[in-house]
Amino acid sequence: MKWEFKNGIPIYLQIIAQIKVMIASGELRAGSKIPPVREMAVEAGVNPNTMQRALTQLEQEGLLYTQRTAGRFVSEDENVMKELRKAMSEQYIADMFHNLEKMGMDKQEIIAAVKNYEKDKGEK
Amino acid sequence: MALIECKDVSKNYGSTVSLKQVNLSLEAGRIVGLLGPNGSGKTTLIKLLEHLLVPTSGLITLNELAPGAKTKSFVSYLPDRDFLPDWMKVNDLIKMYKDFYDDFDEKIAREMLNSLHIDCTKSIKKLSKGNREKVQLILTMSRQAKIYLLDEPIAGVDPAARDYILHTIVSHYNENAVVLISTHLINDVESILDEVVFLKEGEVVLHENADALREKTGMSVDEYFREVFKC
Repeated sequence: MKWEFKNGIPIYLQIIAQIKVMIASGELRAGSKIPPVREMAVEAGVNPNTMQRALTQLEQEGLLYTQRTAGRFVSEDENVMKELRKAMSEQYIADMFHNLEKMGMDKQEIIAAVKNYEKDKGEK
Repeated sequence: MALIECKDVSKNYGSTVSLKQVNLSLEAGRIVGLLGPNGSGKTTLIKLLEHLLVPTSGLITLNELAPGAKTKSFVSYLPDRDFLPDWMKVNDLIKMYKDFYDDFDEKIAREMLNSLHIDCTKSIKKLSKGNREKVQLILTMSRQAKIYLLDEPIAGVDPAARDYILHTIVSHYNENAVVLISTHLINDVESILDEVVFLKEGEVVLHENADALREKTGMSVDEYFREVFKC
């Protein structure tokens, strides 16, 4: 796992976002066990309480679950995974629209540009 | 439960005021950054907690005891300057720590020294600056203390040594202990902090959860610090 933190955003939120990417991309496989809190905190170079807070929230969102003695695991629930991918892709698209609108493009232009990009890529 | 409690603590050196009416309560399980520019009173506060100084007025309690001989048994202190006697070998230091402190864990200390390939038969004199700092930190963190007072643990070491020091602090995290780290190199330490305390001209001007501060200000602790202490 590779961690990177930006300024000005609570670290626990950044940890949550990065673990979500790891889960969605399969870097953390469904059903796999994740390391103990302290180990993850040491690896990420963050406070153990901050890591704990992030993992607790991911549990509340159903992406992780704890088995009393065995440790913490990535969810195997396909619906949860589907939801996660959907939410993340919507976020990426929303960001793209937001950035392109800032450059003065309207919705039609953006959609046309996306189609163009896809076509060009297909030809290459 | 608060392990460190300061009530209206002031410290004057003659007519110079170093700390003014400091109220502070720090709980177990926290890694706390004591942040402030040079001369803001960080070292004075730490020395008061270590009982190297006594307050001019106010009350300090450490785990419900007044600072003194008894509190030294559970307070592990890393001074801001080199305190290792040059002529001693690393092995001698380990023996000295074992003699002085019941809570010193020789096994942990030796493991850490080995992982750094520090030769314990060497005299302190022959260690590099970075390694001296690491040896001091290792001795301090190898005690199973309730309170760790680290005065500028990362000043003047290279980035790799700094990473090692921070790594050591996080991996020794203990939910029954509090770690107080004073520094002005905020950028380097802020990710391991739970709470930050800003000292300005001897007064506590902020005591806040680090993530809550980032959320509120939209800035890193370092950026916010620069704003508060702009010259």
